[in-house]
Amino acid sequence: MHKILRDVGNAVAKFGAVTLFFARVLMQIPRVLLRPSLVIYQVHNAGALSLVIIMTCGLFVGMVLGLQGYDMLARFGSESALGSGAALALLKELGPVITSLLFAGRAGTALASEIGLMRVTDQLVAMDVMAVDPFRRVVAPRFIGGVIAMPLLTMIFIAVGIFGVQLIGVQQLGVDQGTFWSQMRGSVQVHDVWEGVIKGCVFGVACSLIAVYEGYTAEPTAEGVGRATTRTVVTSAVLTLFLDYIITALML
Amino acid sequence: MTMTNDNLVELRDVHYSVGGRAIFKGLTISIPRGKITAIMGPSGTGKTTLLRLITGQIHASQGEVLVDGQEVGKLNHRDLYAMRQRMGMLFQNGALLTDISVYENVAFPIREHTKLPEELIRQLVLTKLQTVGLRGAYKLMPWELSGGMARRVALARAMVRDPALLIYDEPFAGLDPISMGVVLRLIRKMNDALGITSIVVSHDVDEIAQVADLSYIIADGQVVASGSPKELKADKSELVRQFMNGLPDGPVAFHYPAPDYHAELLS
Repeated sequence: MHKILRDVGNAVAKFGAVTLFFARVLMQIPRVLLRPSLVIYQVHNAGALSLVIIMTCGLFVGMVLGLQGYDMLARFGSESALGSGAALALLKELGPVITSLLFAGRAGTALASEIGLMRVTDQLVAMDVMAVDPFRRVVAPRFIGGVIAMPLLTMIFIAVGIFGVQLIGVQQLGVDQGTFWSQMRGSVQVHDVWEGVIKGCVFGVACSLIAVYEGYTAEPTAEGVGRATTRTVVTSAVLTLFLDYIITALML
Repeated sequence: MTMTNDNLVELRDVHYSVGGRAIFKGLTISIPRGKITAIMGPSGTGKTTLLRLITGQIHASQGEVLVDGQEVGKLNHRDLYAMRQRMGMLFQNGALLTDISVYENVAFPIREHTKLPEELIRQLVLTKLQTVGLRGAYKLMPWELSGGMARRVALARAMVRDPALLIYDEPFAGLDPISMGVVLRLIRKMNDALGITSIVVSHDVDEIAQVADLSYIIADGQVVASGSPKELKADKSELVRQFMNGLPDGPVAFHYPAPDYHAELLS
């Protein structure tokens, strides 16, 4: 019983710490944006370097969606709805959520371990003593890089996913090309696209924040960095799915 | 406070504790301008903590820490950062930024704090690297350097903006005799050529005796001896004798506190 209370207490304390950390990062953002080269480099790190995994997985997810979707819709005789069904599924749920999980796994761990290792090797302390604020130089650019990259990666995932659906549904399973696209255009509304974009942005903020937080507060040992990286992925995954529910409930 | 002060750094009756354990109990140290001052002492006496008090990373619970007349513990963030720009610190493991080259590491303080043009930065960086003998290595990455080389690059970085105070945290730890000699020579050369003040934390007694003008030995949270290396060698107190001659037992006990040996073995 005591342990449960203590765990809850720890969770609340951590939530508070993360919020304060978030505020500190936000305060640095205006000044960081005055040095776009730092941010651009981080967008490249978090975004461009994640493209391969995002596009590959997007393609496979789309292809599986095509297969499963066709199979399920065929039971009700609605194969022609494959385009709209798959597009909506990708736009509203699969795109943002899976991209977020992949992002946490690839970019999130890279961010956390980079910052964690800088702490272990005293680089952050050295910067502080050289009168360079590590928040402004190291943490905030990485955070902004992640926040910018995530929605873009989400959009790319969705686009490649739809291509994958089309590849299976139209080319292989014989859904009519015209039906596929026109049905999609008919049923997908701007509201749905917004849902995907907003989720992408919110997940981006959440995953980037957790990654830089865990890296910055990692214990300065090898195990500490390892644990921080693990926590990044786990917390990002749970938070993503939780926020997914919240946003879906709010937007429907 | 405005009288001409010969001491760049002064600690007056400083008290500092961590988790209930007192690290400093009334420490008073003066670091004279333009000289090399050594801080020595047995392991765990808080020599690195002392450096962190001087750079303002931690604050004393009692007493004053003055750098150039300003009390470090009372400075706001901006003034603290302004003061830190006039100090250079050499960390024990170099603490180079591992994602950038030697050149970029040395250029880092210039790029962060000034808007000097590229040609001028290049001149400054190459000059400082030349001083430490690593001008040819400017393209290397930190992981390609040996320990001694990394420390020399860190030294170049620490002095690239010509600070008034240079702090060395255990600069000789883990170095081979040649590298040690190189670093020793550099410390003396920097101090004399640039007219700066140096603080060296070390427990390499023989090495530091070659370059220090003034030495302090800290133990039990206070200064137990101070003076030139010659004076310390002649000091009669037991603790100083044990430290300077590397005797395994004395006031700093060899045995960690434990119950009676025979009783424990035979129980």
